[in-house]
Amino acid sequence: MRVGLFVTCLVDLMRPSIGFAAIKLLEQGGCEVYVPATQTCCGQPGYNSGDRAAAKGLALKVLDEFEDCDYLVAPSGSCSGTIKTHYPDLLADEPGLADRLARLTAKTYELTDFLVSVLKLGAVPGTFQGTVTYHDSCSSLREMGVKQQPRELLAMMPGVRVAEMAECETCCGFGGTFSVKFGEISSRLADNKCRNVEESGAEVLALGDLGCMLNIEGRLHRRGNSTVRVMHVAEVLAGIERA
Amino acid sequence: MHVASMHFVRRAHDKLGDAGLQKNLGTFKTRFVGARARAITELDDFEGTREAAREIRQRALDNLDTYLEMFEKNATANGATVLWAETPADVNRLVLAIAAKHSVRKIIKSKSMVSEESALDHAIEAAGLSVVETDLGEYILQINDYEAPSHIVGPALHKSKEEVSDLFAKRHGTARKTDIGELCMEARQVLRQHYLSADMGVSGGNFFVAETGSVVLVTNEGNATLTTTLPRVHVAISGIEKIVPTMEDVATLMRLLARSATGQSISNYVDILTGVRGAGEFHGAGHMYFILVDAGRTGVLDSDLRAALRCIRCGACMNHCPVYQNIGGHAYGWVYPGPIGSVLTPMYVGLENALPLPHASTLCNQCGVVCPVKIPLPDLLRTLREKQVERGLRPWSERAGFRLWSWVAQRPALYALGTKIAARALRWMGGADGYIRKLPLAEGWTSGRDMRAPPGKTFRELYAQSKRN
Repeated sequence: MRVGLFVTCLVDLMRPSIGFAAIKLLEQGGCEVYVPATQTCCGQPGYNSGDRAAAKGLALKVLDEFEDCDYLVAPSGSCSGTIKTHYPDLLADEPGLADRLARLTAKTYELTDFLVSVLKLGAVPGTFQGTVTYHDSCSSLREMGVKQQPRELLAMMPGVRVAEMAECETCCGFGGTFSVKFGEISSRLADNKCRNVEESGAEVLALGDLGCMLNIEGRLHRRGNSTVRVMHVAEVLAGIERA
Repeated sequence: MHVASMHFVRRAHDKLGDAGLQKNLGTFKTRFVGARARAITELDDFEGTREAAREIRQRALDNLDTYLEMFEKNATANGATVLWAETPADVNRLVLAIAAKHSVRKIIKSKSMVSEESALDHAIEAAGLSVVETDLGEYILQINDYEAPSHIVGPALHKSKEEVSDLFAKRHGTARKTDIGELCMEARQVLRQHYLSADMGVSGGNFFVAETGSVVLVTNEGNATLTTTLPRVHVAISGIEKIVPTMEDVATLMRLLARSATGQSISNYVDILTGVRGAGEFHGAGHMYFILVDAGRTGVLDSDLRAALRCIRCGACMNHCPVYQNIGGHAYGWVYPGPIGSVLTPMYVGLENALPLPHASTLCNQCGVVCPVKIPLPDLLRTLREKQVERGLRPWSERAGFRLWSWVAQRPALYALGTKIAARALRWMGGADGYIRKLPLAEGWTSGRDMRAPPGKTFRELYAQSKRN
């Protein structure tokens, strides 16, 4: 099957290794991975800031770019959530799009959900050994229904022990532009998250969204914590950290 | 109430630095979230009940005119008088007119958030009458120079037991007590005198039941029972949206209200008051008035935010909101804090008077998940953000930023070039240890966090390289 990888703008710019980790996992599952070269951003920043016009053009672009794929998969609950659950609202008044859009949203998946629910992956290539705690991102959990999927995949790694932290479902405080508009509140929420991560005793914090990653990692570093490594769950599963 | 929502950021800053408040908020969060989680497991079909509750509230709103008229007809038939307040000022005017008509000197009140909208207590005192709040939380705030409530269910939950001990000793002139039971007993003894000497009782209304013309009151202290039945006159004030078609519907909503609010199966007291005291009846006021308040509600009803009026004021959205949990309710600057407050406040006091509120959420949707009537709060906050953009209420730099981003992101070659440069610039800014400590245009980020620098090449570049090899 031909799977279109929506890399996401943050992975493209900030952590390319996650894109390669996603490709490795998808190929392991037997997919032909197609990476549209023209892809950029799903439009979420504009959409969530109330600027629909700024978001619309990007949504139409994603629709064009991924229409020919059997699936659209993104290593992010937030971007896949925007496409799957918010494009129908964003593009509601665009004439003649309903069918095309319904086909796109039906085949849009968050990466770990796709690996478990569609590919039914039985093994992963990662070899990490140690304790991992998992942060549920808001959009993965509450928009895309991702909860057990990353944990099932981590459980396939014999060297990994998952230590759940307290309040793993609580927002880390990122919230897109919220993190800059209300930096102080955002940092406090991130601080609470860091404390829970530290108290879990895990060496690695795994998660599935770049926003949370930059936020928690940045706060951990500001707190002076250099022992916990923050990784996208795909990096852990694929055994790829940096590219 | 005075609107201070434009000062949200400064007020939140103060609250984040208030060690005492932070301690109280920590206790609050642990208690309410855990209690609700346990309580909803008592229902065989919580999600089904939630859907039924959503449907009841939506049906009431979609046929509000019909149900309001039905309520007025039935309440009037029971001997009550139904009055309509278009504005907050009308609420105060009507209450004072009723007080004058019945020669009232002293008023007691059970909790009414709607009366906070119009600062009713101040209007009563300005008219030379006395007023005593009987909800324990509201009473504490009243004797603390009318401090504003910080939560719609527990208005004084920002205060610690010690603060209340000090306050009681000071205001009551009694020995300082530290035991919660003793403090409650002291409040009870003080309030009992007021119940007996008041001429008029003012209550809120959790639900107005159209088919019976009744008001339903939900309390834990029983203060509403005394407030509405001991004085000669009872006035129930609530928003027009609080109409529920039938008593059967109330039963469904009651299965969710206390469970969502405090994690109780049901509140300690539920009063259902129907009409004036009839001949031979022992309980009830001789004169009963309903004040049904608009004060911005028809505007919400006619907008794309109608779902917000389904709210049954349980407070679950704020209890579960990570922002509220960390700053408390005062930062929001008006009557209703938290997610529902950030939707209602701009609609009731004006979009331009509460600009930060719709943005003061990470859109994490924990509020939407716990709302017993399924109000899609993040969607409504986003809709308000759109209204701000449409009305030109956002800074030009923000709008220009999103437009520029969108324009570039629709031009892949230009975008690739821009990100190629950005990746290198960020890498350089990261210095030796690979962490950026100061980001221009994003001081809000770097004031509390660093940012791990990217490796210097974009995925796009690296992927193209890997394909060439």
